[in-house]
Amino acid sequence: MSSEPPLLAVQGLNAFYGDFQALFGLSMDLRAGEAVAVIGANGAGKSTLLKSIAGLLRAAPDAIVFNGTRIGGLPVHAVAARGIAFVPEGRGLFASLSVEENLLIGGQLKRTGPWNLQSVYKLFPVLAERRHMPSTALSGGQQQMVAIARGLMSNPKLLLCDEISLGLAPIVVRDIYARLPAIVNEGISLVLVEQDVVQALKATQRVYCLQEGRVALTGAAKDLTREVIAAAYFGM
Amino acid sequence: MMDWVNVLLQGVLVGGLYAMFAAGLSLIFGVMRLVNIAHGDLIVLAAYVALVVTETLGVGPLTSLVIVVPLMAAIGYALQRLVLNRTLGDDLLPPLLVTFGLSVIIQNGLLELFTADSRKLQAGDIEVATIRLFEGVYVGVLPLLQFTVALLIIAALQFVFYRTALGRAFRATADSQAVAQLMGLDNRHVFALAMALSLAVVAIAGVFLAVRANFDPAIGPARLLFGFEAVIIGGLGSLWGTFAGGVVLGVAQAAGAHLDPGWQILAGHLAFLVILAVRPEGLFPRIRT
Repeated sequence: MSSEPPLLAVQGLNAFYGDFQALFGLSMDLRAGEAVAVIGANGAGKSTLLKSIAGLLRAAPDAIVFNGTRIGGLPVHAVAARGIAFVPEGRGLFASLSVEENLLIGGQLKRTGPWNLQSVYKLFPVLAERRHMPSTALSGGQQQMVAIARGLMSNPKLLLCDEISLGLAPIVVRDIYARLPAIVNEGISLVLVEQDVVQALKATQRVYCLQEGRVALTGAAKDLTREVIAAAYFGM
Repeated sequence: MMDWVNVLLQGVLVGGLYAMFAAGLSLIFGVMRLVNIAHGDLIVLAAYVALVVTETLGVGPLTSLVIVVPLMAAIGYALQRLVLNRTLGDDLLPPLLVTFGLSVIIQNGLLELFTADSRKLQAGDIEVATIRLFEGVYVGVLPLLQFTVALLIIAALQFVFYRTALGRAFRATADSQAVAQLMGLDNRHVFALAMALSLAVVAIAGVFLAVRANFDPAIGPARLLFGFEAVIIGGLGSLWGTFAGGVVLGVAQAAGAHLDPGWQILAGHLAFLVILAVRPEGLFPRIRT
């Protein structure tokens, strides 16, 4: 472990939906260039964690520190401007925009870096062929590629992916996961929220397993056995 | 026969003005689902602003646009940032009520400042200049200019919406406010820019309205109605449809007025009702998926 400060530090994060508390003093951290998986059962708070980081849910200023600055409670667009891209669950493509326009909107922050139309088309060649189609005319897997590519277009330091395997055929999921190393190799840190534990463990170095809004287990992905994860997953 | 050609031609040209009324309304509804009840009164406000500018600086109404357009755009930006953004949400009612209140405030404010007297902007010789198309058919230079400007406004809006980064931001924010913010777009700013653009169009519409006929503080709601009708006739979400809607309305009114001067407004409303009954989605609806 290096002694340099983490890129992202979540400390004692509480999150609420109205009166319902979804996260209880949750802490996690992530170093630059690291890929971390967040797994857990439905309702464990995985998506809530990502939404809090992205600014979609209220958080105390100190609870989320990114790149040395406190970003808890900042407006969503201000968080994005600091270099956090969020690939939302269900993809959230702009239906009235073409594939390429979706990508251009992703790049409208004009942060500099390796990602532009050319390089995301190289990563996902099928999108180049369909660049002028409405985003809704694509298959589910291709739509997910658009969502990831759109996130990359802002040249983020950190990419948050919420359930990118959701509703996709296993072969499509493998195809998309096969591109993730190319993204991390460009220096982007990654937080993957996944139901598909096997895929998540393969693509990341460290794992946080959430249970009822708290971290039940954390460790290096290669060290964790099925039994340990199952126990943390289901609280047995 | 020739007088009917004249009538239809005048109707088409007036339709350009109605398209101008409607374009800003349509733009705002499209981007933020806000029905601006004060739209007509903002048109009248622009006419009074132009009146003050022309009287103070001694310039013509068309020249006054150089000041009126940016001024109204600035008012639009501020109005959206300071007031209307706070009313937006899942509920359509608050913006409706607030813009209705704004309508009342503008009307009474203008009444207080300018009295209920009818006013008109004087554009000089251009008002009576005509072009002879062929024997018995004449068009006024001013209505022709007004129609051309309307055409250019619609074309410019179409360009902004579908060919520029600003238009992309408008469409993305209309699709999903939450995801647009994830892309780094500040929706409060995007909405304010949309309102600024809407009121820039309103400014031009207001000046042409004020040159064409008398105006007083109370005529706003009727202009709002014409704008609404043009939008609905043309089909929601289509700028060229809105233009066509304005022309249909203008022609119907001109035809009605030709049959009996009292039927002008009625004929416009009847055309609107007929289209609503036969084609409730409008002439050129944009299918949204």
